[in-house]
Amino acid sequence: MTAMQKKTDDPTAHLSAEDIACLGRELDAIREQVIASRGERDAEYIRAVIDNQRKLELASRAVLLFSLFPPAWIAGTAGLSVSKVLENMEIGHNVMHGQWDWMRDPKIHSTTWEWDNATPSDQWKHSHNDLHHTYTNVLGHDNDLGYGIMRVDEDQRWHPFYLGQPLWNAINALLFEYGIAAYDLEIGKALKGRKDKDDFKAQAKGVLRKIRKQVTRDYVVHPILSGPSALTTLGANITANVVRNVWTHSVIMCGHFPEGVETFEKTSIEGETRGEWYLRQMLGSANITGSPFMHLMTGNLSFQIEHHLFPDLPSNRYSEIAPKVKELFERYELTYTEGPLPKQVASAWRKVIRLSLPNDALQDAAAVLPFTPRTAAPEREAVAA
Amino acid sequence: MASSLRDRAVDLVGLLTTPILPADYVDLFDPLRAGAELRGRIVEVRPETRDAVTLVIRPGRGWAGHTPGQYVRIGLDVDGVRQWRAYSLTGPADRADGCITITVKAIPDGRVSTHVVRRARAGMLVHLDQACGDFTLPDPRPAKVLFVTAGSGITPVMGMLRGALDDLEDVVLVHSAPGPADVIFAGELRQLAARGRIRLVERHTDTDGMLDADALAALVPDLAERETWACGPAGMLDALEARWAGLGIDARLHTERFRPALLAVGDGGTITFTTTEQEVDADGATSLLDAGEAAGVLMPSGCRMGICFGCVAPLRDGAVRDLRTGELTTASPGDGVLVQTCVSAAAGPCQIDL
Repeated sequence: MTAMQKKTDDPTAHLSAEDIACLGRELDAIREQVIASRGERDAEYIRAVIDNQRKLELASRAVLLFSLFPPAWIAGTAGLSVSKVLENMEIGHNVMHGQWDWMRDPKIHSTTWEWDNATPSDQWKHSHNDLHHTYTNVLGHDNDLGYGIMRVDEDQRWHPFYLGQPLWNAINALLFEYGIAAYDLEIGKALKGRKDKDDFKAQAKGVLRKIRKQVTRDYVVHPILSGPSALTTLGANITANVVRNVWTHSVIMCGHFPEGVETFEKTSIEGETRGEWYLRQMLGSANITGSPFMHLMTGNLSFQIEHHLFPDLPSNRYSEIAPKVKELFERYELTYTEGPLPKQVASAWRKVIRLSLPNDALQDAAAVLPFTPRTAAPEREAVAA
Repeated sequence: MASSLRDRAVDLVGLLTTPILPADYVDLFDPLRAGAELRGRIVEVRPETRDAVTLVIRPGRGWAGHTPGQYVRIGLDVDGVRQWRAYSLTGPADRADGCITITVKAIPDGRVSTHVVRRARAGMLVHLDQACGDFTLPDPRPAKVLFVTAGSGITPVMGMLRGALDDLEDVVLVHSAPGPADVIFAGELRQLAARGRIRLVERHTDTDGMLDADALAALVPDLAERETWACGPAGMLDALEARWAGLGIDARLHTERFRPALLAVGDGGTITFTTTEQEVDADGATSLLDAGEAAGVLMPSGCRMGICFGCVAPLRDGAVRDLRTGELTTASPGDGVLVQTCVSAAAGPCQIDL
């Protein structure tokens, strides 16, 4: 991947300004159609998901009271893991995007929702909704590109620190919610003194308060309640949290890191039109193919392209509009990047490994690693220079 | 002591349920329990006329009771969107089964009333507020009473008749409806009249024309001696208020309006909701409340007619106009003047802290 503007074969070169404006209007029409038809069916959907997730959590935690018995441990841990994934993905992430604000239900509203995650909802909403969704895949603006600890694009300058990034990425996967919290806190910026100290202190306090509550719940109170099963319940809760971390980390890597996803230069978004913004979202995201259950478990972020085009539409609608969006891609001769989960995860990991090395090492790396770099060699040299 | 122990118990259970509250889990199983947010379950939907139904609702255990003539705000999900409306309570305060009733007439273009009439079913949950309103009978009861109602304006009066008729000696009810089949509670009212408990004057406006103040005086010659409660369309209430004021007995007239009397329409402007960072262009006739709700802002709301102050929010900057009086309210940055969003509209750019 190289910033799209530097490529010799710009995938949007065939589109005129008028084409892009037209594309924007067609996407607006899809959005309007969904908004006009939002209603009871959608409201019932999200309420059912919340209802079932809470009952699953209660049941799983009840079963884990007897986690000394291996079947109870397995069932309880699996149930709790699924419940935690649903709570973060299909419910938390999407509610905080304002996808359900139109229902005017104060219990299911972006301004009141708090999720089971180390990062408090207000901090996450700022870094995610404001920064990532506005500046998707714009180098230097969108910190989601590598989270500030990894190099995920040829155009990011190499540093020996990145040699360790396969390891950093693995650690980040295991501890993802804490990674997100640290990232939302902009710890790097704070260390360099580029962040207001009082703001940082207040935010850090909020994060620590949340972590303390979560740790008390999962690692102290529930184990104690389990009596003789205390240790096995502790293990189950740790497992469920790690399962969620690894799962969400994988899903999110699939959204923007796989091969085929474009990145953009800072200057390219100056004076960006609505159509151009849409175009950037279309090329900067990748979908995951799979079963309805898989889509549910990713919080419908498997429809990353649709989500990035319309971040505030109800998540249950993404699968419905996906065929229309895909048809637009075909008609405008753009690449709709999608693939099954294992393939996309592997693709993202390959990129993390490849870019841990400087660009000019790629030729050698290509000889050893089982993949072919997508970009043409002369360009890479130009970038490295 | 008991309550602080209870609070501490809830705090302890809260350690188990963070980041949500223990109540959020209990609500899954027992939404009507004491201490829950007030809700009710519809236990029966009874047709009254071709476009009106009575809902019999079992309120949650937090229901504090009501006085006949009062209304209750009820929150329903219409096409998935939470809508709050006020409806008069039509039952006595002491029903044996502890249920309350409201009677809803579908009005043209009325999203909520139409939804209730067509879609309400036994078993549905609704959100409730406590009863409020001062359109009630005093204690001791007046000797002679006149009720003047039209259309669904009969509903609060029906509550009074069902709840307090035994205490009332001399009751005249003048009720207007388009035709005989449109009279809500027709059977019950005509029966009360036949048994001599009330004097009922039914006015069928399709054939008899609208009731005016002169006609009313002719129908009820002793109206000046009667304590009067009136509920119906704004035009009728305005005419009655003028008549009673002319007679110098306006203190004896009690009116209940279902909608605020709106006077002023200004230019409108851009409303900025500061905490949610939403900007909405609204015309001068759209209340801040309606504009905010349409934009998905979580707006506090109450009676929606400028009475209960449940919707007030700080105006940080700019100008708003009171839709009832046309009065302008302005704020300079940082002021935070509290305005009633349900009866105020933008009068130029304005910032609301929501």
